[in-house]
Amino acid sequence: MVDPTPLAVPETALTLSGLTVAYAGMAAVEDASARFPVGTMTAIIGPNGAGKSTLLKAALGLIPAVAGEVRAFGKPVAASLGRIAYVPQRAAVDWDFPARVIDVVRMGQYRQTGLLGRLTPGLKAQAMDCLARLGMEDFAQRQIGALSGGQQQRVFLARALAQGGDLIILDEPFTGVDAATEAAIIGVLHALRAQGRTIIAVHHDLSTVPAYFDRVLLMNRRVIAEGTTATTFRRATVAQAYGDGLLSAIPA
Amino acid sequence: MTDALLQALLFQAGYNAALVSLGAALLGLAAGAVGAFTTLRRRALTSDAMAHATLPGIGIAFLLMTAAGGDGRSLPILLVGAGLSAVLGLVLLQRLTDTTRLTEDTATGAILSSFYGAGVVLLTVIQNLSIGRPAGLEGFLLGSTAGMLRADALLIAGGGAVILGLLALLRRPLAMTAFDPAHARLMGVNTRAADMALLLLTLACVLLGLRVVGLILIVALLITPALTARLWSNRIGVVALLAGAIGAVAGHVGAALSFALPDLPTGPAIVLITFTAFLASVLLAPGRGVIARALARVRLARGLRKGGARA
Repeated sequence: MVDPTPLAVPETALTLSGLTVAYAGMAAVEDASARFPVGTMTAIIGPNGAGKSTLLKAALGLIPAVAGEVRAFGKPVAASLGRIAYVPQRAAVDWDFPARVIDVVRMGQYRQTGLLGRLTPGLKAQAMDCLARLGMEDFAQRQIGALSGGQQQRVFLARALAQGGDLIILDEPFTGVDAATEAAIIGVLHALRAQGRTIIAVHHDLSTVPAYFDRVLLMNRRVIAEGTTATTFRRATVAQAYGDGLLSAIPA
Repeated sequence: MTDALLQALLFQAGYNAALVSLGAALLGLAAGAVGAFTTLRRRALTSDAMAHATLPGIGIAFLLMTAAGGDGRSLPILLVGAGLSAVLGLVLLQRLTDTTRLTEDTATGAILSSFYGAGVVLLTVIQNLSIGRPAGLEGFLLGSTAGMLRADALLIAGGGAVILGLLALLRRPLAMTAFDPAHARLMGVNTRAADMALLLLTLACVLLGLRVVGLILIVALLITPALTARLWSNRIGVVALLAGAIGAVAGHVGAALSFALPDLPTGPAIVLITFTAFLASVLLAPGRGVIARALARVRLARGLRKGGARA
């Protein structure tokens, strides 16, 4: 079979075309189209219930889409999953699960180890290195339930680092974490961007958008605006998603 | 009685008894280890429904065998009937939760009780028909090692070994699916297949345990060792091994007890042993145990008081 669609321009890490997702007959995401260029860092912003997490999950094929197409690195997203790392919301898992910090990070190495593959010294060192990049190497043997929220978030990011993905998708990485963790995470993400990786994150704190992100996708069920932070993150545009009111912090 | 128990425990109560005890231990090992994953994936109640759903199948298999002229006591055929009936129960459970507004626990309760009720009716009919030799059938309710054949014990032991082998093979995808199914899927794990495999391994434990523990209490051999082991370890691999060890001891001692006290069904004996292990662990386990936590509180309070005095 020849793929009928021509290869997308390789500079795009992720392309959404007309993505629509419905829960119980209600559209949660409607006709969303967007492209995320390689080497950029995009904030997905919008009010609660705007469908931000849903958009990401549908893009990754975790929940079914009613319509639309998603391509990653020019291929259907299912064929590119090996290059994508996903960091779910912290609350998505049971932190009382019997696993140590290092065990969770090693789950990010499943593509290398497979069903029975041994954890080679190289892989073990790599897992420790991922923890060290987030300042968590001293916690490797700790049970994950004994961690603070911020530490849990760092472990999740370390697991994503262990995957070595070219596209890192994070669902609310800064929710409920302290300033030190936020700084550690943003440091790692900016370093990844500097290496040419692409980052997409659902973000809630509008005041940090210009400092952290170079692109913005503003949505409220539909995509309202998409583009560089400088051109898109404007009071008039953001008000379309959030309504007027407490937006004095945003440049007019 | 104590002599008989000691002999059974030391595998000195005769060849058959030793074989049955060994079979029960291997069953406990498999069920404990599988149960560690079953409980972490939150399928404990499902496994109980599955166990109760085996009963109509046992009755039907017995009726078919007697209709074909046998005495209806072939364990493998009874287990095939039990397995088919349990699978039917699982499929119906899935349908109920998918197509109605029933929540999963409600649907599970509905399936569990209706299948069990149907099974009891079937068994009563069989007793009244006075065909074949139905005397052993009620042993499937609470477990009985009396009248167990050498072939039955070998079937249980062999099945347990196969289950353990498969579990060792699948441990990584099973653990990843239990911890974070979305992430597991994105890592290339077929989580639907992993869940199906876990259900089948659980079903296999249930079927092998029918004769020894009985369908009413087999769930305890899946759950209690796992809960107990969880108190002692924070690593899923260790939890599974420990749970298996606890299950093995419980299986062996339970079978021995049932030899020593011929009227004691094996199921309750095994369950009481696992529960004793659980209680002891709740008290004694380091870190999570009641005593350890009380000591830690005392130490903390003393430290605070000392600090306060200095200030």
